[in-house]
Amino acid sequence: MDSKTLARYIREQSLRMVSRANASHIGGALSVADVLAVLYADVLRYRADDPSWAGRDRLLLSKGHCCVALYAALAATGFFPEERLTEYGTDGTDLLCHVSHMVPGVEFSFGSLGHGLPVAAGIALAAQVRGEAHRVFVIVGDGELDEGSNWEALMFAAAHRLDNLRVIVDRNGQQAMGDTEQVLPLEPLGDKLRAFGARVLDVDGHDHDALRAALSDNDKRPGQDRATQAPTVIIAHTVKGRGVPFMENKLKWHYSAPDAELLDKALEGLQA
Amino acid sequence: MRTAFINQLIKEAERHPEIVLLTGDLGYSVVEPFRDRFPDRFYNVGIAEQAMAGIAAGLAREGLNVYIYSIGNFPTLRCMEQLRLDVAYHRLSVKVVAVGAGYAYGAMGASHHATEDVAMMRALPDCVVAVPGDPVEAAAVTALSASHHGMMYIRLGKAHETVVHGASNRPGQGQALQGQLAPGDILPVKVATPVGHSAPPSAAPMGYRRAVLACGSILADVVATVTDADIYSLVFVKPIDCEALVRLAATYSDITVIEEHQLSAGAGSAVVEALSDLYAAGTLPRMPRVHRVAIPDTFCHTAGSQQYLRHLMGLTL
Repeated sequence: MDSKTLARYIREQSLRMVSRANASHIGGALSVADVLAVLYADVLRYRADDPSWAGRDRLLLSKGHCCVALYAALAATGFFPEERLTEYGTDGTDLLCHVSHMVPGVEFSFGSLGHGLPVAAGIALAAQVRGEAHRVFVIVGDGELDEGSNWEALMFAAAHRLDNLRVIVDRNGQQAMGDTEQVLPLEPLGDKLRAFGARVLDVDGHDHDALRAALSDNDKRPGQDRATQAPTVIIAHTVKGRGVPFMENKLKWHYSAPDAELLDKALEGLQA
Repeated sequence: MRTAFINQLIKEAERHPEIVLLTGDLGYSVVEPFRDRFPDRFYNVGIAEQAMAGIAAGLAREGLNVYIYSIGNFPTLRCMEQLRLDVAYHRLSVKVVAVGAGYAYGAMGASHHATEDVAMMRALPDCVVAVPGDPVEAAAVTALSASHHGMMYIRLGKAHETVVHGASNRPGQGQALQGQLAPGDILPVKVATPVGHSAPPSAAPMGYRRAVLACGSILADVVATVTDADIYSLVFVKPIDCEALVRLAATYSDITVIEEHQLSAGAGSAVVEALSDLYAAGTLPRMPRVHRVAIPDTFCHTAGSQQYLRHLMGLTL
């Protein structure tokens, strides 16, 4: 499945899951859909029939509340049957409403914010020390960067030159109670991240070609001097609710689930 | 105890290549021998306990056995949520090592008094909580931890604790202890009464016989002052060895649990809860009287040595 088809699949299935389960967080799932689609279609090395394959790239979804998008990507790429997506959020399933490592293909459970980057740094350190070639990707929300633990871990990653670590910030500009720049301004975010020792790439988080280039960027620097090695942060500029015009940039869709009528309307007007 | 810990950890690291040590920028003049022996297995993550716990989880996720080391409240309460979600929930092999149990940093103030840590750590599912009573036990617990898969909390004192297990002119006893220690063990320290291994538990009234279960380095105080009771070291607050408790309850009419921790949810609570559950289940025909000696639900605002503060808070028998 090419990345465009996969992105559309992720959006459609995410909408269906959230609607069926009357769950929250569809806005952030739609904003990160293209990032996940490009990762699974073109960037990540994985074996769907062997989720624990040692050589796999590790992907951590620190913004675990947007797990519907990841579950959809994993179903589409064969980690488990698509029918299982209908279990999401129902009694007795392990398809929890925050990302769960009990689901095949999910590396680690998250839900409380600010956890992913430290764990990713630990995984990246283990790979570096052992000389293993896999890469470690971690997707964090922009509002999540309020948590100080991210900055602790980024300092650590820079100190130990973890250039196998790729942090993707889903920069959709909104957090639970409002715009990020109103709650606790993050800008100038790129400068802050650079000051913490990261290589920073700004990219349109819905432009697949740009995402492909950014997500593989550090791979093109073989034999570089250790002194210039650093973790990479890709700031993916996105739109919360992307693809569903009536949801775009509306805080309501951090919380609300579309009912059957609105689900039809969303799917009908779904834009790639 | 901290020296006993690091010396034993170095021995274990020789045998277990998966052992890694992280510190939150503490352990000056303690951890250096490990750092010098295993420079690529030691990381000072800085004064950043939340990141330390998460990084430890990431390393452990990749198969390593990770020790995180700092003072009292810092590798525990400061990063409790990371310990809960990243480590305990994922059932990872992370060993949380805190130095300065109770009032070991007495004059440093409430920030450095580790007096609620056991309560919080024992609430985490599957987390073994070890509170060694002397350096010999600290080494034995460390040896055990090296081959224990899963999470452990190792609550150490600080330095110069009295060696209780070496006091009986039996050199090498510490070595023997290491091979034998298992999670839940309650170690006899000074026991005159034969404990009823063979006698079946009975509901019949019994004469007054008292045991003291001391948790942590306050064990040495108990050994020095108590003459009218048998003395045991409660090395583990979790798990509790229920079979051992049944035997103790069959032998003693009164059991005193003393600990350098708040009254709430510490070692005394763990013993009372276990005994109550055994009684409710019918396994235990008679409940002993359990006396809990612990910090009476208060903070300490006074400077003082560990001994001074123990007395001030009523932690005496």
